[in-house]
Parts: sequence; structure tokens; C-alpha cells
Amino acid sequence: MRLILVYDNTFEGFLSCVFHVYEHHLKEVSIQRMDIATNNFFDTSEMIMSEEKKATRVWKGLSRYASSEIKSNLFKAFLSEIPTIEDTLLYYIRLLISSKGKMAKNYSDPKILEVAKVVKMVRREKHRMDAFVRFRLTKDDIYLATIEPDFNVLPLNAKHFKDRYADQKWLIYDLKRNYGIYYDLTSVETVTIELNKNINTTKMAALYFTPEEEQYQSLWQNYFNSTTIASRKNLKLHMRHVPKRYWKYLSEKAPR
Amino acid sequence: MNFERIKEKLNILADAAKYDVSCSSSGSKRTNKNKGLGDSSGMGICHTYTEDGRCVSLLKILLTNHCIFDCAYCVTRKSNDIKRAAFKVQEVVDLTINFYRRNYIEGLFLSSGIFKSADYTMERLVAVAKKLREEENFNGYIHLKSIPGASDELMREAGLYADRLSVNIEIPSEKGLKLLAPEKNRADFIKPMEKVRNEIIQYKNEKKLIKSTPIYAPAGQSTQMIVGASGETDAEIMYTSAYFYKKFNLKRVYYSGYIPISHDTRLPGIGTEVPVLRENRLYQTDWLLRFYGFDIRELLNKENPNLDADIDPKLSWALRNLEHFPIDINRADKRMLARIPGIGMKSVSKIIQARRFRKLNWEHLKAIGIALNRAKYFIVCDSRNFESKDRSAAQIKGLILQESNSKFRGTYSNQLNLFSNQQLPVVS
Repeated sequence: MRLILVYDNTFEGFLSCVFHVYEHHLKEVSIQRMDIATNNFFDTSEMIMSEEKKATRVWKGLSRYASSEIKSNLFKAFLSEIPTIEDTLLYYIRLLISSKGKMAKNYSDPKILEVAKVVKMVRREKHRMDAFVRFRLTKDDIYLATIEPDFNVLPLNAKHFKDRYADQKWLIYDLKRNYGIYYDLTSVETVTIELNKNINTTKMAALYFTPEEEQYQSLWQNYFNSTTIASRKNLKLHMRHVPKRYWKYLSEKAPR
Repeated sequence: MNFERIKEKLNILADAAKYDVSCSSSGSKRTNKNKGLGDSSGMGICHTYTEDGRCVSLLKILLTNHCIFDCAYCVTRKSNDIKRAAFKVQEVVDLTINFYRRNYIEGLFLSSGIFKSADYTMERLVAVAKKLREEENFNGYIHLKSIPGASDELMREAGLYADRLSVNIEIPSEKGLKLLAPEKNRADFIKPMEKVRNEIIQYKNEKKLIKSTPIYAPAGQSTQMIVGASGETDAEIMYTSAYFYKKFNLKRVYYSGYIPISHDTRLPGIGTEVPVLRENRLYQTDWLLRFYGFDIRELLNKENPNLDADIDPKLSWALRNLEHFPIDINRADKRMLARIPGIGMKSVSKIIQARRFRKLNWEHLKAIGIALNRAKYFIVCDSRNFESKDRSAAQIKGLILQESNSKFRGTYSNQLNLFSNQQLPVVS
């Protein structure tokens, strides 16, 4: 019989669970997100409230055993939202603490190697979003992009876009998780809005976006096509770099 | 902005620029200033990939494809009957800014055909970069071509606005250049390269004393060579490349498989296959030189003037030097680990980290992600099972080829493989 700790899907909630594990010296324990946790006959589950104080204590306490690189890896792996990632991370955190940080890079441990691999996947997705975001200029002078990343990477992207587009207002919206990050020329904030479902259709474009917007998209698509070398065509390679699931947000791949 | 006219120009001038393979947008240190636009201090980003699988990170265009030269290998040569066009300086600036703001690109790659004179052309290129930096407060990436024969003053100015400068030497040997571009000479290519190198060295020295020294070409210089147009061996190409890396501190040398564009009898005819496999082997060699601690003389020499097509250059080297193997994964130093076929630099550092905790066996190595199908003949680890048979180089090569399945097999398999029991693949 195991004890299942259920939390509210936030990183703070996850860290509160870790606190709970240490506070009560729990051994046979599993941590699960609220939206996927299921009751079963053999295990008991307990809802853990997210508490900032506890979370901060865990996060700060970890600094004694983990470099900031390792800590940021923990956060990145968490953002993967992979169903059993919490247990893997709990194992890793326990190991970091018990070995006083020495085991941080023991890649012969399959779970540590797994964390490294997940971090790599999340990083790649973050990097893809840096690349695949396509802004469109709206009539109220905001550069808007909608995305649906495989992992919850938006928190990682904020700094990149803030540093880069310091003089324009922009909003990047994650349609899958229904929240976005908005920059108002001073700071980046997390927002949730009612976005018209049809905003991405050509019919609605004229309503929301500036008249030049369409022109620039078409220029970009033109550029994209004329820069291809026909005699070297390699669609397999093309698909590997730009997987099909991202196409609907890439203006150069839009059907026209 | 007259979008229709711009579209037409963009088609012509992007099409003409696409043979330049450099697409890098990394290595600069330019940060966003005064809440301006852009930042190129991070890693490079490929915003999309063309259907031939090449990355698109910069708006890569020619300012014009009018040219006074007639180089046989070049699509914009004077005698070629193609549509010509030219951008105005402001048009390039507007395009760059508007593409950048929409997150299409990392910056601008501006090259040009040579009209009137080298200096006249270089002046226009510099004008675009200057306008972007000073009027638009643009901090994205700018890659300018150094026009062969441009004056030192212009090259100095170019480096103040650009992140990277490059001159394409195009033809690896001087005899090739004489044949295909008789109006040009090597010295003209080298002059601007030398000037930029010296300026970079000077900048680095001054920077130590005066912090406010304006940055100069922070992403360095690069060049490009055409492969397979003028009959050079791989050794000739790579020795030229090694020379340029050393002499001019180049960041990158690019290799571009020649794409037949003309009926000129001095060149491979239209319809000839682009040598993509050869290009790939040259890049592998380039990487071995820059990151794996190899010396060019180990990889290519009088006895081996060309790279093997069927196996990678590191494996070729290992097969010629079997006396260094097998290597003990748990004891060898970094330098030797990097020389094992099938192990890349990322795996090398993972191995070094992991073996501090325990001796590694086959399972660990597999999990770390090394290519055991090649590596296993060259290593021992914490296991009693290893390839103990004393095999000759030819036997090992045969076994590896038999187990691997290269997408290029069709291009090289016209050689009979004695050690393969499999049916020979059909030669395309």
C-alpha cells in the first residue's frame, strides 16, 4: 500500500508535497497531479495544499545540495508534465540530499539519466518555441502569437522574448493550457484571456490584424520558397526539423 | 511600401543568395541597448528549415545581382541570362525590421554582386548595416560579405556594425581559381580577411585597457568553399581549410557541394548529382579538427588524399591505427575517449562524469547513448564480454558496414563488399 499525495499541478504544490514527505518521514509515497490522479482500491490518497512558505523552504534548502544548474533542471523536468515525473524528481531530490549533492551527475543511475533526458526534451521544446513563434501585428498594436507546445515551456521563454522585443508589446498564448505571457513594455505577466476560437482563420484576419500583416506573411512565405534549392530537396530532413504538428502556426507553411 | 515590387525583387535576390550556405547566427555578444529592438547575445536560432533541410535563421539576400565579373561557377555571372534586380538601402532596412519583429529571423545576411567597383559595392552594404544600427537601434545579427578588393577603411567600418564578416574563397586551389574565375586572384580575397583579423586582434587588446572600445565583428569571420567544381582532392580542400582556420582565426569554414548551374565545359554538367555525401564527410573532418583534437595530417595525407565514402573519417582513422586500441572506457583520458569511433563529445563528458561513481559496463554505455555498433570493436569496459577476436581492419569495417544501414548506401555501394553476406543493394 502506498500513500499518494495529490497536488494542484503547480511547481509550488509539488514542492509542498516534497516538504510533506520530509515532515512526516514518508517512505512508500507517490506524488500525482490533481488532474490525472486516480483513486484505486489499494492506495490511499491525500490532497496537499500548495503553501508558498513550505515550497520556498524546500527550494532554498536544496541550494545546499544542488547547484543552480541542477535546480533549474529540476524545474525544467517538472514542466514536462510527464505523468510519473514527480516520483522520479522526488527520488532525485532524496538522492541529492542524502548524498549531499555528490550524486547529482551519476548518469549510471537510470533515473538520473532519465531526468537528464527529460530536461533535454524540455529544453529542445523551449528552443523550438523561441524559433517557431510567429507574431502577427494586431490593430491595437500588439504582436500576437498562439502556440501549443508539447510541454509547458512558456515560463522558460519569457526572458528570451523580453530581452529581444523590448520596444514592442507582445502576447504569446498557449492555447493548449489556456494561458499566455504578455509584455506591456515594462514587464512580463501571465494572463488568461478569452481568445476568439476563430482568430487563426483567414476570415477573421481582417478584423483583428493590420492590413500590412497579410502582406508581410506573404513576403515571408515567398522568401521561404525562393530560398529552397530544388536539386537538394530532402523532405525527410525538412520534416524532422519542422515536425508537422507545428505547421499550423508557421506562416511560411500555411496553405495559400 | 510597394509590396508587389518588393516581392518580385525578393524572389530574385533571395534565389541568388541561397547558394551561400552560412546560416549561423550565434557567437555574437550584442545585447539589447536602451530598450531597442533585438538581442543577439544568446545562442543562434533556426527559425525554420527549407524543404532541402537547411536552416533559415537570417534574411539572406543579395543587395543586387548585377555583377561585373564572370566567374564560371556563379549563377549571377555577367554572361548568364537571368533577371536582374537591386534593392534600395531603405527597402532592405524595412524588410529586416519587419521580419525581425514578427520573429521570422535572427537578423540579416547581406551579400551582393559587384557593381561598378568593389568599394562602391562595399559602401552600400555598410550603409544598410549602419542604418539598422544607428537609426533603428537594431541589435539583431548582421552578417555582411566582405567584397574582395574593398579598401581597409570600409572594412574597418563594416566590422563596427556587423557581427560577422565573410569572404568566400569559393575555389580551394589557385589553379582552380585561374581556370574558373580568371579575372580574380587569391590576394583580393585575402586582403579584407587580413584587415578584419587584425582589427579583431586590435579590438581585443584595446578592450582590456579601455572598456568602452566599440565592439568589432564579435562573431568573427567565416568563409566558404565549393566542393566538386574544380577537381580538388579532399586533402587539398581540408589543408586549405586548416590553413585558413589557423592563419585568420576563422570561426567557420563552410563546404558547399557544387550545384550545376551552367553548360560551361570547365564544370560538371547540369544534371550531375550534388555531392552531398562528400560534403558531409568534409564537415565531419572539420569537426574532428575543431572539437576532437585531431590534426589534419592524421586524417588526410599523401597515402590517403581522399576521405572514405562508406565510413566516417574518425572510423577510418581508427582502422588505420588499430595499435591504439582497445581503449579502456574506465581509465582512458578525455583525449583518447574522443578518438573512439561512435563516441561524440557529449558522451565523452557523460562518461567522465559517470565513471567517478562506478565502473561502467555495456548497459551504462548504451544508456548514455554511444553508438555501440561502431564503438564495441575499439573499447573494453567493466565486463568480461568484449570483442576479443583479433580482427584486421578490413574485417572490422566489413562487420560494421554489415550491421549499419546508411541512407547513403546507394551512393557508395558500387564497391563490392567481401565481408557482407547480405544481398548487395541496388546501385542507383
